[in-house]
Amino acid sequence: MADYKFNPTLKVDDITVTYNNGHTAIHDASFELEAGTICALVGVNGSGKSTLFKSIMGFIKPIKGAVTLSGMAVNAALKLNIVSYVPQAEDVDWNFPVLVEDVVMMGRYGHMNFLRIPNKKDKAMVAEALEKVGMTEFSQRQIGELSGGQKKRVFLARSIAQEGQIILLDEPFTGVDVKTELAIMELLKEMRDEGRLMLVATHNLGSIPDFCDHTVLLNRTVLAAGATADVFTPKNLEKTFGGVLRHFTLGGDDLHDDDDARSLSVITDDERPLVIYGKETKKSKHATSDKDEEA
Amino acid sequence: MEDLLLPFQYDYMNKAIFAATFIGAVCAMLSSYLMLKGWSLIGDALSHSIVPGVAAAYMIGAPYVLGAFFSGLLASAAMGFIKAKSNLREDAIIGLIFTSFFALGLFMVSLSPTSVNVKNIVLGNILGVSDEDIFQMVLIAGISFVVLIFTWKDIMVTFFDENHARTIGINTKFLTILFFTLLSACTIAALQTVGALLVIGLIVTPGATAYLLCDRFGQLMIVSTIIGSVTSFFGAYISFFLDGATGGIIILLQTLVFIIVFFFAPKYGLIAAKRKIKQASELLRNPANGGQ
Amino acid sequence: MMAEFFEYLIEPMQYAFMQRALLMAVLVGLVCAIFSCFLVLKGWSLMGDAVSHAVLPGIVIAYILAIPLSIGAFVAGLFCAVATGYVKENSRLKEDSIMGIIFSGMFALGLVIYLKVQPEIHLDHILFGNILGVQAADLWETGIICIGTLLLIILRRHDLLLYCFDQAYARAIGLPVKLIHYTLLVMLSLTIVASLKAVGVILVIAMLIAPGAIAYLLSNRFSSMLIIASSVAVGSSIAGVFISFYLDADTGATIILTQTIIFIITFLFAPKSGILRNKTAI
Repeated sequence: MADYKFNPTLKVDDITVTYNNGHTAIHDASFELEAGTICALVGVNGSGKSTLFKSIMGFIKPIKGAVTLSGMAVNAALKLNIVSYVPQAEDVDWNFPVLVEDVVMMGRYGHMNFLRIPNKKDKAMVAEALEKVGMTEFSQRQIGELSGGQKKRVFLARSIAQEGQIILLDEPFTGVDVKTELAIMELLKEMRDEGRLMLVATHNLGSIPDFCDHTVLLNRTVLAAGATADVFTPKNLEKTFGGVLRHFTLGGDDLHDDDDARSLSVITDDERPLVIYGKETKKSKHATSDKDEEA
Repeated sequence: MEDLLLPFQYDYMNKAIFAATFIGAVCAMLSSYLMLKGWSLIGDALSHSIVPGVAAAYMIGAPYVLGAFFSGLLASAAMGFIKAKSNLREDAIIGLIFTSFFALGLFMVSLSPTSVNVKNIVLGNILGVSDEDIFQMVLIAGISFVVLIFTWKDIMVTFFDENHARTIGINTKFLTILFFTLLSACTIAALQTVGALLVIGLIVTPGATAYLLCDRFGQLMIVSTIIGSVTSFFGAYISFFLDGATGGIIILLQTLVFIIVFFFAPKYGLIAAKRKIKQASELLRNPANGGQ
Repeated sequence: MMAEFFEYLIEPMQYAFMQRALLMAVLVGLVCAIFSCFLVLKGWSLMGDAVSHAVLPGIVIAYILAIPLSIGAFVAGLFCAVATGYVKENSRLKEDSIMGIIFSGMFALGLVIYLKVQPEIHLDHILFGNILGVQAADLWETGIICIGTLLLIILRRHDLLLYCFDQAYARAIGLPVKLIHYTLLVMLSLTIVASLKAVGVILVIAMLIAPGAIAYLLSNRFSSMLIIASSVAVGSSIAGVFISFYLDADTGATIILTQTIIFIITFLFAPKSGILRNKTAI
């Protein structure tokens, strides 16, 4: 079971998910991802992001369509231990009596025997994963004693120790400072280059062009999916966020005294804004736009 | 026919039916709030926690209400204190405190077994309580009812959106304390009707049933109160024929009403939901009929 | 001095019923303690509350049908847990309300049937336990359930822990989450059934929370939590049995109060989270 020769792919084929209370959370959603991809999953709250995650992990069955992982049905793929999941910070009970090392060891459970007794290889993989995310010196800390960024890295290390090939990350950048954010992105890119597939649900529009080669825009269905450069356009984002998103455009005349016709667009939901200057996309470090309309 | 009216010929039955109905109604009003706030089990905890107080009061011959109130207060304080000072989960704290109090009650009773009948505290015995106790119960229920009539909207706003309530000049802290005082008082009164173990039914089931039927809080409270009083009335009435078990019958009736509503509620019932899912999948097969 | 102390310990043990009571208390304390660690961490403390109340109709109906009472209790307890899950998935009610409705309804049902049928079992014994009246057969039954549950929990503790800690991840790496969920519920019901004769349906809730809560305040690793919880429970069971003998008090209640006192001490003085320690640290 140690060697995976699976090519990690993810295919969501025309799924519709209806909950027990009759509410349809997503309908007719389709997209497809290849190995060696980081894909951003973007949408407002309630657009069906968590429903999509739940269907990929087999928590709920679509009433129509199917999710295929590496060419297999979800449950078969889960048994092979190739899917990994990095939870949102709010979903974790940080007072739980486990040490950093214990959490990362959980990543090895799928490789262990019935009694979950770690062998030499498991221990080595855990140490290696901790090393990779730079958390070796914290391995004996209780998880609640870490900073926001350190907590994230522990859960990433768990996926690395697991040797997960398809990794789902739920809001990996909330409560994380810019430096850690960059470090996590580097790590994700490295994992991509190793041929893994990552699906990242994020509100952080500004960083998407930096590290995600694919983007899926979601609002109860897939609005657009494909290479970030093609999908991540102001027009599509407008469609995804409707009125929720704030969008400012400063025309060429306002910006320059010369004949330069390029304009500046700032698109933000509530985290880091996306700034589009002319054709090129750049992100800003500070959200300068006013964003308290909602309050 | 005559047999059916028999219970009303006894003075003690009339009193018991009246007291049970009244308390059932007030508890049902409170249940609307508890259920929405996810505080159902706090009510359960309170009812268990007052057992040592009641036992102590009977032992020294004080009014049972006083003892009950004192130990209920102590238990609430203990829960609040531990919650503020540790990161234990709330449900564990609640469970820990109320079982400890209950054990304390049993411990006390076992040390002087003759003075108190635990069974009456734990299971209630409205058909056998003294006039004095009935008077205390009705007094509590009456005061609570009047207070609720005047403050129900303010309490609703406080629980729905505390910050808003504060900005419009409502004293939210006072209202929260008031609410829990009413809750403790009614729990104590209900103890005599249905017993410590079944109080939870009285203060959860009617509200939860109404919640499956209504979308507006005012309506919800009215429906809940009707369910609470009608079931309590018939429960007390039927218990005449069964020789006791008043509490059990009241709660059983409430549970039956809940089961019916759970299946057949027009909007939030199980059958309505299944119909909706069916419609959704039919729409898939037959998209020409509309849909997104 | 020492000799006197030993005499105090030896005297109760001259009675066979006290020996059985002690063994029973230790067994029940141990299995409840191990389970309490999971309940406290998973936030299921009140599930224990619900299931334990709900066993009453099972006992009464089993009595009527003349089948072993434990089987009735087990089925009823499990029914309560499963019904709670079912109603939760199919309505807009909060879980705590649902548990309240179901267990109070079941308890009421049990009570009404009990009063109607008037079986020979004492209601007091179901509610509060009757540890001094434990027979050898009861000990065997409880012993087998306890050992089975203990073995299963201890062998599978890693998966159970992961399930409590991060259900989504457990699912993602292919663990049978549903199976684990129902295994926990089945074991919870079994544990409660095994404890009924000793402490009754109400006080078993305390045994299913207190040791875990105490250990939670004292440990930052699950393995140490398990060890602390079981030591606390076994210690309180032994202490409770002896103290109640000399005070002539209810044994179950005394055991619970011993645990409560240990909790209070821990809460005040625990090295890391104790409130008195924290004050001096600041």
